[in-house]
Amino acid sequence: MNFIMSLVAVLALVLTAFLGIEAAGLRTFFSMAVPYVAFTLFIAGTVYRVLAWASSPVPFRIPTTAGQQKTFPWIKRNRFDNPANKKEVLGRMILEVLLFRSLFRNTKAEIEKGPKLYYQWEKWLWVGGLALHYSFLVILLRHLRFFTEPVPFFVQALGGMDSFLQVGLPGIYISDSVFMLAVIYLLVRRLIIPTVRYISLPGDYFPLILMLAIGVTGILTRYFTRVDLLKVKQLALGLAKFQSSAPEQVGTIFYIHLLLVCTLIAYFPFSKLMHAGGIFLSPTRNLPNDSRIRRHVNPWDYPVEVQTYAEYEERFREKMIEAGLPVAKEIAAGGPAVYPLTKK
Amino acid sequence: MAKLPKPSELALDYTLPKKGWMDAAVDFRPGTWSHAARAKNLEAAGLPNARQWSPADSDWKLPSNWKQIIFEGMRERLEKFRSLRIFMDICVRCGACADKCHFYLGSGDPKNMPVLRSELLRSIYRGEFTLAGKIMGSIAGARELTENVIKEWFYYFFQCTECRRCSVFCPFGIDTAEITMIGRELLNLLGLNIDWIAGSVANCRHTGNHLGIQPHAFKNMIEFLADEIEAVSGVRVQPTFNRKGAEILFITPSGDAFADPGTYTMMGYLMLFHEMGLDYTFSTYASEGGNFGMFTSHEMMKRLNAKMYAEAGRLGVKWLLGGECGHMWRAVNQYMDTMNGPADFLEVPKSPVTGTIFDNAASTKMVHIVEFTADLIRNGKLKLDPARNDNLVMTYHDSCNTSRGMGFFEEPRYVIKSVCNKFHEMPPETIREQTFCCGSGSGLNNDEFIEMRMRGGLPRANAVRHVEERHGVNALSCICAIDRSALTTLMDYWVPDVTVYGVHELVGNALVMKGESERTSDLRGDPLPGMEASEDENI
Repeated sequence: MNFIMSLVAVLALVLTAFLGIEAAGLRTFFSMAVPYVAFTLFIAGTVYRVLAWASSPVPFRIPTTAGQQKTFPWIKRNRFDNPANKKEVLGRMILEVLLFRSLFRNTKAEIEKGPKLYYQWEKWLWVGGLALHYSFLVILLRHLRFFTEPVPFFVQALGGMDSFLQVGLPGIYISDSVFMLAVIYLLVRRLIIPTVRYISLPGDYFPLILMLAIGVTGILTRYFTRVDLLKVKQLALGLAKFQSSAPEQVGTIFYIHLLLVCTLIAYFPFSKLMHAGGIFLSPTRNLPNDSRIRRHVNPWDYPVEVQTYAEYEERFREKMIEAGLPVAKEIAAGGPAVYPLTKK
Repeated sequence: MAKLPKPSELALDYTLPKKGWMDAAVDFRPGTWSHAARAKNLEAAGLPNARQWSPADSDWKLPSNWKQIIFEGMRERLEKFRSLRIFMDICVRCGACADKCHFYLGSGDPKNMPVLRSELLRSIYRGEFTLAGKIMGSIAGARELTENVIKEWFYYFFQCTECRRCSVFCPFGIDTAEITMIGRELLNLLGLNIDWIAGSVANCRHTGNHLGIQPHAFKNMIEFLADEIEAVSGVRVQPTFNRKGAEILFITPSGDAFADPGTYTMMGYLMLFHEMGLDYTFSTYASEGGNFGMFTSHEMMKRLNAKMYAEAGRLGVKWLLGGECGHMWRAVNQYMDTMNGPADFLEVPKSPVTGTIFDNAASTKMVHIVEFTADLIRNGKLKLDPARNDNLVMTYHDSCNTSRGMGFFEEPRYVIKSVCNKFHEMPPETIREQTFCCGSGSGLNNDEFIEMRMRGGLPRANAVRHVEERHGVNALSCICAIDRSALTTLMDYWVPDVTVYGVHELVGNALVMKGESERTSDLRGDPLPGMEASEDENI
């Protein structure tokens, strides 16, 4: 149901762009207004979300330690999984952000009669996730060639490397294939693993289907409908310089692709896609495990009610004396015990 | 006590319900939930809405403005804890955590998958605090806050042991323990706690320890253990209490003073301190290392923990030594200094025996007993006869809190291997940072919760059974008071031939003391290896 809902939403977007161009001819709207609005929402939304996160303090130092702590010099410690200072935290964060270190630990539990539990090698989610993110990054960088003149060297080089497996003309980008496979894997996985399907919300299917549609329309513009890339570049350069005019003859498929991309950009800060930013602020990962070494201060700390020793002794004094335990105040003969309340 | 099915009859069903998870209705089946906090305990602890009620009742007697209390409580905590704000926003429901939870593996209940446990709270957050949730409702993953949701929170937040195993695997480090802790804080605003926790908290506040042991009884118990030591070794140890001017204040969970097999661990501490001539004292006021406040709210954790530094200051000791405990050490390592520090009236801990300075405790001034002992062994200060433990084929259970809230892996192994000749590790997926919970942590080690405890402990028990079958392991060691009690019950249920030991009990067995008589039995009074024959002759 959640899947169908998301699929319908993406199809509606495709239809909107198609009708908007073919029937209503709203070229300027789709090629100029939509990208600017999307980009504004993206920037404003992201800034808002990050500020909201940052506005809440980190009262306690709660890293998840996944390796040996810093202790004696003769015990080898694990600097990346249990960092003891900021430099080592940087190492942990680089491993998390660039290589998805935690996801790499993934295993799959299997239960057999007995009951007997097994833990199996399961790195496909890690492979799929890494493939999706890196192919997306390459594709994003490649698209810079539309927004720059002259095209920077690294963008050209990236395009060259990406298409070194020359299959037909124009060359097939490896990143396109990896991206499509990764998105399909993640989507299929979400649909066929019963537990993952059970936990999936519309907000989990929607970005995957959206990315799938972006991939399909992107590939269509490049290999099949042969959109006039020079005109696309004129448009992109114009958008970047805030002096664009809508191009005359670019295939409708391009406008569909553009609307889908704009939707993804605008949707990003208001969805789970913000995990990209959240990981940097995650207190179980970005703090050193050093709160026994250095004091961590809680900015909203406040005094609390504590039962003092004086109150304790007041309650148990007789029993304590009887048991030979030292007391601060002996029981005065004939009268109730009085504990000096004033501090020295 | 709820009826507990036999291990062979315990049904494990992973079939997912037809209904989606947003349906909040919970079946309160006996054995899967803990008794409600009694009014007198909530009152004694100073917690709100004390009243007589039971989770099995349909009317939970919530305050009339309960919704407002929850929403205000959430708002306050979102503003106070970045962790909560981030964890509410960034989950992508990848499912990596799903089969990492011992309660999910042992129960098959999908709401025990960490992702859904968090979604129980997240769905309410979306509905009240996000624009998308307010406009699109369930399409945006939002739910309405109803009494059923509160009941569901109670059921599942007291069905999580805050072990943090899922957090190790989460690509964003989302920590269900943090969500459970805050979830329980919210429930406590409505007077919804379990009695096993509230009772311990109330006791701890008034008598200084969870078990409610009064000062004279505490002293008597330790002196009884001193008698036991004399019977085993011929050596008389002389513990002191509430003594001003001692160098070290020693604090351990009260379970070590009162509950087998923790008492044998306590005997090990006493023997070690005596042999080293340590200038230390117990305190009857700060006689609890554990902190059930941690399972109630951050404020309650602070209130109970405050006694440690307060007593160290009153007695004028130089530093603190802490016994074998799990969540106590998460509290000490990650919260104590922040909550009740700075402990600038204490000195950076220095072992009076080896001269080692514990730089890693430079600020909190509290050293773990296993660190202390590892340093003694490393410096050759202990005369040990590990052959006395030769009847034990040992494995080691890493406690959740010392593992994932501290990173305490090598020190205990070093000590165990120094005092035991036969040691085998459980499979790597079940130890160290991937260790499985005993199933009874975070205040859930009560009798009425027994079925869930045995289910939650299944992954741990399975790993023990694996090494029992493969290497003939018959002993399971640990450094946690709840483990010592809970794993004993768990082993009786799943792997009956395995006995549970505290690490310092093993140290006490192996420790060759000055002036000791020939030992014929271990600290439990069982014959030492090679002494069985002489034991028989006596009969």
